[in-house]
Amino acid sequence: MATSTATTPLAGEPAKAPRGDTGTGRSWALGIWSLLAVVFLLAPVVFMVVFGFNDNRGRFNVDWQGFTLKHWGDAFDNGDLTDALKNSLTIAVISTIGATTLGTFLALALGRYRFRGKTATELFVFLPMATPEVVMGASLLAMFLVVGISTGYLTIVVAHIMFSISYVVVTVRSRLQGMDPHIEEAAKDLGAGEMATFFRITLPMILPGVLSAAVLAFALSIDDYAVTSFNNGQTTTLPLYIFGAARQGVPPTVNVLSTMLLLVVLLLMLANVLIQRRLARRDRGAARA
Amino acid sequence: MRLRERLLPWWFAGPALLWLLLFFAIPLVNQLSVSLMSGNSEVGYDLTWSFSVYGDAISTYGDQFVRSVLYAGAATLIDLVIAFPLAYFIAYKAGRWRPFWLLMVVMPFFVSQVMRTASWKLMINDDGPIVSVLRDVGLLGTDGRLDATAGAVILGIAYNFLPFMVLPLYAALERIDRRLIEAATDLHASHFTAFRKVTVPLAIPGVFAGSLLVFIPATGDFINAAILGSPNNLMIGNVVQSKFLTVLDYPTAAALSFLLMTAILILIAIFGRLLGTRTLTEAAS
Repeated sequence: MATSTATTPLAGEPAKAPRGDTGTGRSWALGIWSLLAVVFLLAPVVFMVVFGFNDNRGRFNVDWQGFTLKHWGDAFDNGDLTDALKNSLTIAVISTIGATTLGTFLALALGRYRFRGKTATELFVFLPMATPEVVMGASLLAMFLVVGISTGYLTIVVAHIMFSISYVVVTVRSRLQGMDPHIEEAAKDLGAGEMATFFRITLPMILPGVLSAAVLAFALSIDDYAVTSFNNGQTTTLPLYIFGAARQGVPPTVNVLSTMLLLVVLLLMLANVLIQRRLARRDRGAARA
Repeated sequence: MRLRERLLPWWFAGPALLWLLLFFAIPLVNQLSVSLMSGNSEVGYDLTWSFSVYGDAISTYGDQFVRSVLYAGAATLIDLVIAFPLAYFIAYKAGRWRPFWLLMVVMPFFVSQVMRTASWKLMINDDGPIVSVLRDVGLLGTDGRLDATAGAVILGIAYNFLPFMVLPLYAALERIDRRLIEAATDLHASHFTAFRKVTVPLAIPGVFAGSLLVFIPATGDFINAAILGSPNNLMIGNVVQSKFLTVLDYPTAAALSFLLMTAILILIAIFGRLLGTRTLTEAAS
């Protein structure tokens, strides 16, 4: 598959020592089942990529007619579509910055301190992840209607920050849990102030978690249809545009743009993994020194 | 100084909590009051405490409610059946290829859900490859179709939320201490007995977590029904959306959405009781 090149950078923990083999036939069946499951997961993605190269006749992009690169050539010619893409990208960047900042500090509070109301706070942070998107989108719209705020670009950003915060908190916290709090105490004992300790010790240490959280927030934002569809006003994002087109058949340029986005996200992931590795090497170096 | 120290965590947590309060919690509560208003979009709405909207909503849209639960339940079961062997394989058999398999599992998330669903529609199209194969082998009648059926919607939902089932199952299986399984086989349990009596019970938290993570978004989903279904397959999310955005019947929409949220909160409370809230919140990561 086109994506197999992405294996090497993800090599995480070393493989566990092989255990005594338990029934090779069963292993085979398991492997084939797993392969089929992954085919099921990837088939629509592959379909999407392939049909970006379809030399379709007329407006519809349903049957395979032959290979062409023309849709890649005029990928940015459709004004409405490019506007939607531009909105999606800028909204994703803004809401990623917002949600990552807010969520990281909340994660620090939960991971670093004991305080009254901590359990309630944890539960409260969990709730948005357990709420269906329709409910979030509809209730937010109901409030904007009551207060008299007209929906548009800004309300989309507000909503995206809202539903991303919890995921950022969870991601950053799991990084915090693996950290030795004594290092921060040592810095303070050696005379570093609150601020110096935060910027020179805490932040560099949690940076891998923060980066992963940012990638996640970006992916959540750029993908969202449900919440956005309630709070978009006159603004269109890429998922909204695709949804509008989906009933009649999506034009091939949408396949092309989605493929480009997929490549961008994969590159972001790759960059994230490479940075994480550098950071890990730096940490090991620091530990030796 | 003591006060300052006590307040410090709130300085960190405050902005995010305020954001969630303003744009998540207050809207949820506000919804209750919107649902009790009456009026229409021309003359405006007043709070009249008309609880009758709830009775009306349930009797008018009972079908869609039941359908949402049935579709979501069926999709959750399908996902469990697909995901358990897959998660087991990744956790125990994939060896050093594990990160690659995990990447394949999350790969669909890198394409917009709407786009993936549109691709599904393309694949199960009446003239598409899948339908013609199914017709040839006789699983579908000669003019049988997948597009615009309940099966298409359920399969679409199962497809869209499958990774949410695989990941917690994988996490639960991976966490199991292998020595327990070895101990069972050393004590002459067959591999199957060891699997049934050791592995499965220890994976139960993952099963619960995965089911919750699939079932909740699935009940509220409206993308699949809108793109893959016919008007006979509409779910409660579709009703909420059209009431809010097309019909502009805000009280009914708010009431339906509030009912959905209440049902889900009850479900979470039950799960929390069964598993403990810690497992629940951890499962979400």
